[in-house]
Amino acid sequence: MSNVINSERIPNNVGLSEDKRLQRALEEWQPNYLKWWNEMGPEGFQRDQIFLRTAISVDSDGWANFGHVKMPDYRWGIFLADAVKDRTIGFGDNMGQPVWQQVPGEHRNSLRRLIVTQGDTEPASVEQQRLLGHSCPSLYDLRNLFQVNVEEGRHLWAMVYLLHSHFGRDGREEAEALLERRSGDVDKPRILGAFNEPCTDWLSFFMFTFFTDRDGKFQLLALAESAFDPLSRTTRFMLTEEAHHMFVGETGILRMCDRTAQVMKESGKDHPDDLRKLGVIDFGTMQRYLNLWYSLSLDLFGSEVSSNAASFFANGLKGRAKEDQYEDHRALEGFYTIDRFNEGRWSKDDIPLRNALNEVLRDAYVEDCQRGVDKWNRTIAAHGVSVVLKLPSRKFHRHVGANANLPIDVAGNVIATGSFSAKRDEWLPSESDKAFVQSLMTAPVFDPKQMANWISPPKQGIKGRPVDFEYVRRDA
Amino acid sequence: MADAQQNAAPAHPPVRFETAPERYRHWKLDFPKEHEGKVARLTLDVQDNGGLREGYSLKLNSYDLSVDIELADALSRIRFEHPEVRALVFASAKDRIFSAGANIYMLGLSSHTFKVNFCKFTNETRLYLEQMSAESGIASLAALNGTASGGGYELAIACDEIVLSDDGSSAVSLPEVPLLGVLPGTGGLTRLVDKRKVRRDYADVFSTLAEGVRGKRAVDWGIVDESPSRAQFQQAVDRRLAAMVARSSAQTHPSMKLTALAGDYHVAGTNYRYVTLAVDAGRRVAARTIRKPEDDEPSTPAELASRGADAWLVRAFRELDDALLDLRFNYANVAAIEVRAEGRASAVLQAERILVEHAADPLVHEVTCLIRRVLKRYDNTARSLFALIDQKSAFAGVLLELALGADRTYMLAVDGVSLRTSALNGGTFPMATELSRLQAHFYHDASKAAAALVETAAIDTARAGELGLITFAPDELDWEDEVRIAFEERASLSPDAMTGMEANLRFVGPETMETKIFGRLSAWQNWIFQRPNATGAKGALTLYGKPERPEFDFTRT
Repeated sequence: MSNVINSERIPNNVGLSEDKRLQRALEEWQPNYLKWWNEMGPEGFQRDQIFLRTAISVDSDGWANFGHVKMPDYRWGIFLADAVKDRTIGFGDNMGQPVWQQVPGEHRNSLRRLIVTQGDTEPASVEQQRLLGHSCPSLYDLRNLFQVNVEEGRHLWAMVYLLHSHFGRDGREEAEALLERRSGDVDKPRILGAFNEPCTDWLSFFMFTFFTDRDGKFQLLALAESAFDPLSRTTRFMLTEEAHHMFVGETGILRMCDRTAQVMKESGKDHPDDLRKLGVIDFGTMQRYLNLWYSLSLDLFGSEVSSNAASFFANGLKGRAKEDQYEDHRALEGFYTIDRFNEGRWSKDDIPLRNALNEVLRDAYVEDCQRGVDKWNRTIAAHGVSVVLKLPSRKFHRHVGANANLPIDVAGNVIATGSFSAKRDEWLPSESDKAFVQSLMTAPVFDPKQMANWISPPKQGIKGRPVDFEYVRRDA
Repeated sequence: MADAQQNAAPAHPPVRFETAPERYRHWKLDFPKEHEGKVARLTLDVQDNGGLREGYSLKLNSYDLSVDIELADALSRIRFEHPEVRALVFASAKDRIFSAGANIYMLGLSSHTFKVNFCKFTNETRLYLEQMSAESGIASLAALNGTASGGGYELAIACDEIVLSDDGSSAVSLPEVPLLGVLPGTGGLTRLVDKRKVRRDYADVFSTLAEGVRGKRAVDWGIVDESPSRAQFQQAVDRRLAAMVARSSAQTHPSMKLTALAGDYHVAGTNYRYVTLAVDAGRRVAARTIRKPEDDEPSTPAELASRGADAWLVRAFRELDDALLDLRFNYANVAAIEVRAEGRASAVLQAERILVEHAADPLVHEVTCLIRRVLKRYDNTARSLFALIDQKSAFAGVLLELALGADRTYMLAVDGVSLRTSALNGGTFPMATELSRLQAHFYHDASKAAAALVETAAIDTARAGELGLITFAPDELDWEDEVRIAFEERASLSPDAMTGMEANLRFVGPETMETKIFGRLSAWQNWIFQRPNATGAKGALTLYGKPERPEFDFTRT
């Protein structure tokens, strides 16, 4: 099959037309990517015209071009943020030395692993979300789903670009493997746990984009500090797109909060059963979904004590988010205190700072999450409803790290194993919660004038278009 | 870069390995009339102040590297330049002392790296002595007119026979353990039990007895072959030499003068006629290139004799040998070698044909043995060896041994790149394990070694991959990056772990006395050298010759 790899098909600022190696790699990879997209991408909408943003360059005009396009014709591009002149390594043992334009042999394996792990999450989320279109609450939301999907696809391209350009044959093989793993597949699962969880309803989707994509944001922020300049530049550009994904999650939940609070106020009812009968999602259910996705996403940061994190930092491969905010960029002195549950009681452990950098990144993440939750609570309060959504303890429901698989309640207390099972459905989505949420989302809303009952309309549309704009033109 | 170069520069003047009998300071090579020139005599007469470096005196025929460099040279010259020789005798010019072994003060002043390479070189030379007997029928005799201790006895035990003067005081001994807290590091322990087959309980006693054993007991335990009185000493030596001459299988060949290589040594390597060593101190990588032979290389023994040491097979491998030693001693920071062979494969196959077609000729045989020794030195070089095979390469036959002996091979996947096997890859140049490099490469499947050997045509990259002869085959677009990254990665790994790992992986297959010496004995010795009980402030080696007694940490491992 002849396959045209050129800058027209693939917008880029990486000199694709002159780079024979990259062309060769993409010639093999791109058809497989499209095959993957057609098999595992959004199901049932590939022939529709979607009002999508396409990046065609990195300047402010170029990265946000809007127009109706069929998803398989989307122009997935390859972009690096502008180079920083004379950039030097900003942290770790090599601080102050020039950044690397090529992969140092010494760090090839670690860098490849970091890039593959990041890259694997991108197609995974597309796979997780592939059936959601069939229950969309509006064309506006459907379009946002697809925007997130194509951009996750582009993020996969960004990571594949690095693998193709800098990691030779191993890199090409890893790039192929990124298309072969499948979210939730028993034999070939995606690398990280949260990316194998089913995401089959819109409440989960919004929670995922709010919590799980936010992990992505912090990982990208940490990688943007990397001494490997192409990785830094790639991730800096990805961050501009990631912001939209979190906007989708934050406003999605916010609109659901708004709708539920509005119905509570109007009906004067607050019992979950009554609210469910009125076709909105009660806050208890929302809290349980929040608890689930928050705890799954916390796991993505890795163990509290990590020698990998320490060596990535020491070697300049991965920094802290916004490294500039710190005064000490070597992090050789100082400790981080973590709680550890040992022989029936909690104790404090002082961990050398470098070994605790996963936890440092998780701190910034928790803080960022809290800001979003506060907004939701303000929306609820504005209706005069007294419910408050809360982030559970970060020790709750963890499967990675010091508190993995310990029976810990949402307040962070260790409880009897038996009482955890008894209380589980108070804290995490129960089968009946899931069944209820699914029952609200059995049919899509394709009329531009309509909005599903369980969610409020957004305050404004996309790129100056009205909320009831035909964001998705269905193929008749 | 300037810093890196300074780091790589040796703290001492570089060590040079080329010498010639007229320049020997410590040995005298002659051919006593009474044996009609059939016996070569190497008389040890170490100049106290003639050592390689300052700070120690080579008393009592103790030696340092400068003594061994001359010995290695002499053994080579006996084989090439003195074809009438049938036996070799070691003697001492000092009264009642043969040799006190490696100089302890020299060892005390040396870096660990130097000690290890010194021991490796002396071990290689002792093995040359044994190979000379096995391969060329020139047996050797140690005529111990006096005490031979430590390395002195280890030189003797590398000979076929040992005669020790029984004068009531002359002894043979291995005092390293009781006096210095280290091992006899030049094969002594291995040869006692594996070669001379001394009962291991006697070997145990002998190796812990500082003053050693004398006379009858030495003979009874098999530590020497004969211990005549002083009066009968020379007679016994001559009798044994006459017998060695009589049973020698050596054949005469035209003498081949080993002319000077005259390498052009500079700060970042050496240029020889056929070999280039180019050291990149910043990357800690050296490129070692061996170039193709001339178009008119000798094809008959007569042509070889007339071309002499200028023949490519002789000169190129002597240059390679010198380059290996240069690298070991003078570029300690180099982690990895780009092994390259430039030229046309057909020219290499043409030049090496004499080794196959005239294998029985004694001079041709000596050339084969020389190449065998150099390739073993290559195997034993503690640097990562990555062969790079590209359009310019001539990895064929004898030069293919360099790729087969490498830790990895990278072969460029484009048209026109090839390698060639030849009959010589079938075992002409055995490794220390006695396996050919091809057999070692395919240790899991002997049929693959056989399959590679019967490929008569040029083997292109795809075919080399199918046959399993190469490790990686990057194409044009990947080549530069793959190779760069491979070397960078290698250079970043622990040099100690690399040495140990490579030594374990290279010598796949059976143990021989040789592998035990370079593996078991050397590895234990190098561990002991690092331990406080030997080299700590209160270690036995540190305190040797000082009034204080060593203090051991008595914890056993």
